[in-house]
Amino acid sequence: MARKIGGVIVDLQNISLRFGGVKALTDISFDVKEHEIRSIIGPNGAGKSSMLNVINGVYHPQEGQIFFKGALRKKLEPHEAAEQGIARTFQNIALFKGMTVLDNIMTGRNLRMKCNFLQHALYWGAAQKEEIAHRIKVEEVIEFLEIQSIRKTPVGRLPYGLQKRVELARALAAEPHILLLDEPMAGMNVEEKQDMCRFILDVNDHYGTTIVLIEHDMGVVMDISDRVVVLDYGKKIGDGEPEEVKNNPEVIKAYLGTSH
Amino acid sequence: MSDVRDTAADTAGLDTFPRLLMQHARQRPTRPAMREKEYGIWQTYTWADVAARVRSIASGLAELGFKRGDRLAVVGDNRPRLYWSVAACQCLGGIPVMMYQDAVAQEMAYVMEDAEIRFACVEDQEQVDKMLEIKDGLPLLEHVIYDDPRGLRHYNQTFLHGLDEVLEMGRIHDSHHPDFLGNEIDKGSPDDVSVMLYTSGTTGKPKGVCQTHAAFIAAARGGCSFDQLTDQDDILSYLPMAWVGDHLFSYAQALVAGFTINCPESGETVMGDLREIGPTYYFAPPRVFENLLTQVMIRMEDATSIKRKVFQHFMDVARRCGADLLDGKPVSAGDRLQYAIGNALIYGPLKNVLGLSRVRVAYTAGAAIGPDLFRFYRSIGINLKQLYGQTETCAYVCLQPDRQIKLDSVGTPAPNVEVKLADNGEILVRGPMLLKAYYKRPDATAESINADGYFMTGDAGFFDEDGHLKIIDRAKDVGKLTGGGMFAPNYIENKLKFFQHIKEVVCFGNGRDYVTAFVNIDLEAVGNWSERRGMAYSGYTDLASQPQVYELIRECIEQVNADLASDPKMSESQIKRFLILHKELDADDGELTRTRKVRRNFVAEKYAELIDALYTGKKNQFIETQVTYEDGRTNKVSADLRLEDARTFPPQPRKAA
Repeated sequence: MARKIGGVIVDLQNISLRFGGVKALTDISFDVKEHEIRSIIGPNGAGKSSMLNVINGVYHPQEGQIFFKGALRKKLEPHEAAEQGIARTFQNIALFKGMTVLDNIMTGRNLRMKCNFLQHALYWGAAQKEEIAHRIKVEEVIEFLEIQSIRKTPVGRLPYGLQKRVELARALAAEPHILLLDEPMAGMNVEEKQDMCRFILDVNDHYGTTIVLIEHDMGVVMDISDRVVVLDYGKKIGDGEPEEVKNNPEVIKAYLGTSH
Repeated sequence: MSDVRDTAADTAGLDTFPRLLMQHARQRPTRPAMREKEYGIWQTYTWADVAARVRSIASGLAELGFKRGDRLAVVGDNRPRLYWSVAACQCLGGIPVMMYQDAVAQEMAYVMEDAEIRFACVEDQEQVDKMLEIKDGLPLLEHVIYDDPRGLRHYNQTFLHGLDEVLEMGRIHDSHHPDFLGNEIDKGSPDDVSVMLYTSGTTGKPKGVCQTHAAFIAAARGGCSFDQLTDQDDILSYLPMAWVGDHLFSYAQALVAGFTINCPESGETVMGDLREIGPTYYFAPPRVFENLLTQVMIRMEDATSIKRKVFQHFMDVARRCGADLLDGKPVSAGDRLQYAIGNALIYGPLKNVLGLSRVRVAYTAGAAIGPDLFRFYRSIGINLKQLYGQTETCAYVCLQPDRQIKLDSVGTPAPNVEVKLADNGEILVRGPMLLKAYYKRPDATAESINADGYFMTGDAGFFDEDGHLKIIDRAKDVGKLTGGGMFAPNYIENKLKFFQHIKEVVCFGNGRDYVTAFVNIDLEAVGNWSERRGMAYSGYTDLASQPQVYELIRECIEQVNADLASDPKMSESQIKRFLILHKELDADDGELTRTRKVRRNFVAEKYAELIDALYTGKKNQFIETQVTYEDGRTNKVSADLRLEDARTFPPQPRKAA
C-alpha cells in the first residue's frame, strides 16, 4: 500500500477517567498517527467506548492531557470536537429513523452550513446555493458508499447493516480528519462485515481519513488495523502492530483466550 | 430545439455506425443523445457532446496503437462512456467484443483468448481485478482502459489507463491531426464486422457471432420503421451490453433513429430510474415483467380488503376489454366507461408506479412469455409486444404488428426477412441481418447456415392461419413420451412459471412414461405467503421443504394439468410427480446461462439421482450439492427431498373461453 502514515495527530497522555468511585480509565497513554487505522480492543467494560468519548470531548478525564495536532487541548465540548474535524458513529445506531437516508446524511453537513434558520426555511438565494453545494458533497458520499438505491428511503425501513452504512455516510459527510467508529460491524453477517471493511479501507485510502475503531471481531481488527491498543479493566495492557499484539502474552490471557 | 424530423430520411444513405453518429451530431447537435444519473441528477449528453467524446476516445485509442481490425473487449454496466468506446472502436475500423460484466474471470479469459483481444475497456476496479487475474494467461492483451478510477489509485501497472487519460491523449492527437479520424471513418465499409457478441452457450463453449454494420443497420432500420421510432423517443438501457437485444435497441436503433438512451445509476436503482425517465420505448425480458407483476401482487395481498376488492374488480374489467381496446376492436359502451374509471383509479396509477406511463411500444423476448402475464400488461393499456430473434439474426426475425397481437405467437416476419419451416418444424431464416460468421469457427458457420443461405435457428414452430409464427420449444428439446404424445418442456414450464410462487421449473419426460418436474419456489413470494400464515423458516432450503409449500405448489401444478388436459396435443404432458429443489438454480453453479435460461442437460446430469427417484416412485431422496458463492467460494448444501404426486386429468375438449 502506498498510503503514507504521517506524524502523531492525537496524543493521549496518562488519561484517567472516573465516574464517582468507578475507575473507567486508569493512566492510559497512546497516540494516533495521521492517516492510520488505529483499533481499540478489549473485553466488555474495558473502557473502549469511554476512550472514544474522551477523544471527542463527551467525557472530560480527571487526569491526563490530550494533544491534538501538537497543541495541548483544553476542555472542549463535542460540537467543538466536531468543528475540529472529529466525527464519529455510535455503537447503537443514532440516526433519525423517520427521515430519509439523504436527509440524515445532510445533517452531517450541518456544521458547515452558514445561512440562518430563516434563510433555510425560505430556501432562497444564498441558502439555496448553499444547499446545492452541500448536496453535491453528500451525493459524492452516497456514491462512495454505494447507497444510491436507498437515497429516498426512510432510515427506519432499512436493514441493520445498511443503517450502519448510512451512519458512516453521515460521519463522512462532515469531511472529518479523524473518524471514530464504535463497533461499526457489530451484529453484521460475514458479507456485510466484508463490505464494511472494504468501505473503511476505501475511506482511509481515498480521503486519507485517520480512523480510530472499536471492534470485537478479531479477524477484522487484525486484517485492517495499522496499530492496535488493548484495554482491560480500564488499563492498557498492549499496544503495537497486530502481530505484536497477537503474540503479547498478557493480551492472550485477557482477551484472545488460548485458542489464538 | 429541433422539430420532430423524419429521422429515417436523415440517415437513409448512411451505412456504418460512425457515419450515423457524425450525421446526428451535425443534424441535431443539441438533442439529448444520452442521459446518465450521476450524483442523483440526470446528466445529459447531446449528440454533439457524444460525437466529440467518441472522436477523442478513438484518437486516444489510435495513439495507444489500436489498429484497423483490432478487437476491443468492452465489459461493464450500461455506462455512456462504454457505449462511446464501442463507437470509438468502430470509427477506427475495430471490432468491439461485448462481454457480460458478471462473468467470472475464467469465463472472460476464454472469450478474451478466443477473440484475440489486445485492448480492453472495462468499467471499474472489479473488472480491472479480473483482467489482472487473467492477464498472465493472455499474452496478446496489451492495454486495459478503465472508466471509473475509484479504488485504482495504487494500481501502477503501465498497461492500465484511465479513460480520462485516453480522452485527453485523443484530444491532443486530434488537434495535431484534425483529418485523421474523418479519414478513418471514410475507410469503413458496411461489410466490415461492427461487433462481436458471444452466444450464451446453452450448448457447448460460447461462440463469437460476427455481425456487420450492414446487418445491424438493416435490423435497426427495419425495427424503427416498423414501430415509427423517432428522435423524440426515450429508452432505458439497463440490460447487459453484451446481449444482442441491448446492442440492437440501445445502440443500433438509437443511432439509426437518433433517440435518447438513458443509463440507470446502478443495478439496484433501475426501478426508480425507470419511474423518473418514463421511457416511451421499453424492452424487458419476460423475467422482468414477471418480477414487476409479482411485486405488485404481493403488495396487493398486503393491502386492505376494500383496496383489494376495487383492484380485483377493475382487473376483471381490464381482462375483459383492455386488450381489445388497445387493439381497436369493438367494445361495448358500458365496458368503455368501466375501463375509463379503472384507468383513473387503478391502471393509470399502477402504470405510473411501474414507470410505464409514457410507454408507446414495449417489447419482450429472450424467452417465451406466459400468456396470462402478457395479457395482464396489455389489459392495463401497455402496448407490450413480442419479438423473436437471436444473436445470429441481430434479434430481428419476427415482430408483432400493432393491433394484431396474439398472445401465443411472436408475430409476422419482420420487413426484409424471409422465414420458412424445415420438415421437422425447425424455423429457418434468411435476410440482411444474418451473421457474417462465427469467429474462427467455419465449421460452426457451415453447420448453422444451409446451402440456400438460411440460418437454422434450432427452434421448432409453425405458422398459424394468419401467418403469425408460433414457437413451441427448442427443436432439440421437443421430445416424445413413450405413449407417443409430444413433450415440449418449455411449453409446460412457462405455464407453471406464471404462478407467482414459482420461480423456475425444469420438466423431464422425453422417452419416459410420464412428465416430472423440478420446481424452484420464489423466495420473496412464498416467504411473504408463509409469513402471513405465521410459518417460521430459516432460509430457502428450509422453506422449500415445508409440507404447506408442497401443497401450494401442488395446487399450481394441478391447475396446469387441468389446462393441459384440455389441449389434445398436450394432454399426455401432464405432470405426474414433482419435487421442490433444495437450492435455487444459479448461473454461478452452471445451472443457468448468464442470460438466466436453464441449461437443461446440465441440470439433468447433475441431479440424475433425483430424476431416477422421481421415476422409481420413491418418497424421499437424499441429495448433496456444491454451491458457488459470488466471490467464488464454494460450500455444500444437502437435504432430504420429498417427492410428491400431483393429480392428472383425463383429456377433454377445450371449453369455450
